[in-house]
Amino acid sequence: MKYIDEFRDGELARNLGASIAATVQPGRNYSFMEFCGGHTHAISRYGLSDLLPPTVRMVHGPGCPVCVLPIGRVDLAIKLALEQGVILCTYGDTLRVPASDGLSLMKAKARGGDIRMVYSTIDALQIARDNPEREVVFFAIGFETTTPPTAVAIQQADAEGLKNFSVLCCHVLTPAAISNILESPEVRQWGTVPLDGFIGPAHVSTVIGSRPYEFFAEEYRKPVVIAGFEPLDVMQAILMLVRQVNEGRAEVENEFARAVTRDGNLKAQDRVAEVFELRREFEWRGLSVVPYSALRIRQRYAAFDAERRFKLDYRSVPDNKACECGAILRGVKRPQDCKIFGTVCTPENPIGSCMVSSEGACAAHYSYGRYKDMH
Amino acid sequence: MGEVKRGYVRPLDLKNGRVDMTHGSGGRAMVQLISELFAKHLGNEYLGQGNDGAVLPAPTFNGKPGRLVMSTDCHVVSPLFFPGGDIGCLSVHGTVNDVAVMGARPLYLAAGFILEEGFPLADLARIVESMARAAREAGVPVVTGDTKVVERGKGDGIFITTTGVGVLPDGLDLGGSLARPGDVILVSGSLGDHGVAIMSKRENLSFDAPIESDTAALNGLIEAMLATGAGLRCLRDPTRGGLAATLNEIATQSGVGMVLREQAIPVKPVVAAACEFLGLDPLYVANEGKLVAICDASDGERLLNAMRAHPLGRDACAVGEVIADDHHFVQMTTAFGGKRIVDWLAGDQLPRIC
Repeated sequence: MKYIDEFRDGELARNLGASIAATVQPGRNYSFMEFCGGHTHAISRYGLSDLLPPTVRMVHGPGCPVCVLPIGRVDLAIKLALEQGVILCTYGDTLRVPASDGLSLMKAKARGGDIRMVYSTIDALQIARDNPEREVVFFAIGFETTTPPTAVAIQQADAEGLKNFSVLCCHVLTPAAISNILESPEVRQWGTVPLDGFIGPAHVSTVIGSRPYEFFAEEYRKPVVIAGFEPLDVMQAILMLVRQVNEGRAEVENEFARAVTRDGNLKAQDRVAEVFELRREFEWRGLSVVPYSALRIRQRYAAFDAERRFKLDYRSVPDNKACECGAILRGVKRPQDCKIFGTVCTPENPIGSCMVSSEGACAAHYSYGRYKDMH
Repeated sequence: MGEVKRGYVRPLDLKNGRVDMTHGSGGRAMVQLISELFAKHLGNEYLGQGNDGAVLPAPTFNGKPGRLVMSTDCHVVSPLFFPGGDIGCLSVHGTVNDVAVMGARPLYLAAGFILEEGFPLADLARIVESMARAAREAGVPVVTGDTKVVERGKGDGIFITTTGVGVLPDGLDLGGSLARPGDVILVSGSLGDHGVAIMSKRENLSFDAPIESDTAALNGLIEAMLATGAGLRCLRDPTRGGLAATLNEIATQSGVGMVLREQAIPVKPVVAAACEFLGLDPLYVANEGKLVAICDASDGERLLNAMRAHPLGRDACAVGEVIADDHHFVQMTTAFGGKRIVDWLAGDQLPRIC
């Protein structure tokens, strides 16, 4: 496959692995967080950790959209489908996220909820046009990558005068999550989570650009290398991070220059700013309540805000006590450190959200890497 | 089944007509549907007996008595018509293949139709014709059948269940529990074609190179493979859940592990691209005209040559080996030289968001 195979070349990956092994300094440990689930998936799926020297450890970050979605938010969506009888549209993985009462959107569908998977907001708009007598709600989740399409859908609905379409907005912000991790006592005070640098997001950065990460590099003295989601991208980024650490640099470098610029996609940013504003606070699974970390729909587009339209009240619901998703999302624990990993909690029956998406740290380790724990 | 004397009723309107409740009520309309559509296309000496069941000769394999193999498969595909096939030929291929991968020669099929009130007769005719063609090509007649009509909204147009019977020669035993460490794993051709053809039609995606379902009857290919006398342990057609599910099933049944070589697994570039686009993994995507063979390593090359000599096995290749592993993992050496598990599919394959 053109433009993809080039980034999955095994020979080059092994060469990069050898370069990394030759570059790491003896007696020094390197610990990098890959923020995005896309990177976590690539590392597990291509077995990249087998190509790294043992002194380089990858810590999985919270950048998996469904993993950080708190139970209370999924509950709202389920309520809309089951109690208000709306057609609820959402992206694939979201259907499996566990919610209260043993439900998920998938299970709510089996109980009669009209819940539909869509590939894009355009599909959701079309469903609204095709069903003028029904309320259609798009359950909008994700980081900055999926935010612009939601903004465009709301503006499109507004322009068309589509009266039966609204959005349950759960869009969250990457920089806020990174700050939260860097400010956490485990990283800042106790040093229990050693973090020598970040692999910065791929798709998110195509929208927001590389500029927002400059603050982290400066303020927290952490190198950031923005990298694409292909396995060679990840290997190259690790090499660049090792070099920065060795040379005592803390800069933002851009490995994903084929798609990311310093300013990002200004048109998309404008659309987002027109439609959304910052929420004062938002609950994340794993990170709990993070101030100014998510978006809500502006007053100008209030008619399309499902929270206002259906007068929804958010109620926070604690995670299952045994579930370690919170600690795993902050990099404090690894999936195999969780007592219920692979026993009570499996991809078939996820207790925590990290077991839901193949981008989630637990599901990635369960699906691709758990043989390593047993052999 | 019966026959209504011509002239008593108008012929079925196969252009604009629709299935209605009378087509399932046991009266003239039902008999007419059977005779003008099902019997007309699928007809053969057994179906023509017109009784509640078909009387069939005792099965033999090359003149010798054999054992019966029986399998059944329900077909509920959406869309009903897709590039490379439709629910009609699929319902024949699916069951013929399930019988054939047991090592048996498929002999007869039974077909049950559940039709939804309002279903266009023109579509039904297309489906039955396609079934008839597939049955003819596979050499396996439909010898008995049944039709029911459900009210509008209680079905999805048409569901077809087919049951197949075949004969298995004494001395030949294939099964999922017979794989042994050291055996080789062969596939008969490129993976994921059927599932991706369906998905791209469902999502209304078109690609420069059309993706067609691989739906096909494999009994001819399997006869050619058996004729080599190679030490075959197990044959399976990797339908739902794809190659990954099939190999995990066999690994569990046989109490072994497996190691695949990612680079050896054949996937057409257009299918790989579509999977990339749709967020799917071709290893988990359904096939309807491919098989997996587990075979004694010493016979692998000979079996591969026989497969490649058959049009449905042209792209056959070895993709991995059976190993001893108490955990029964199916592992894969990635193109990177790293290793990972090829796990069971968890629920449906849902696209990732990031």
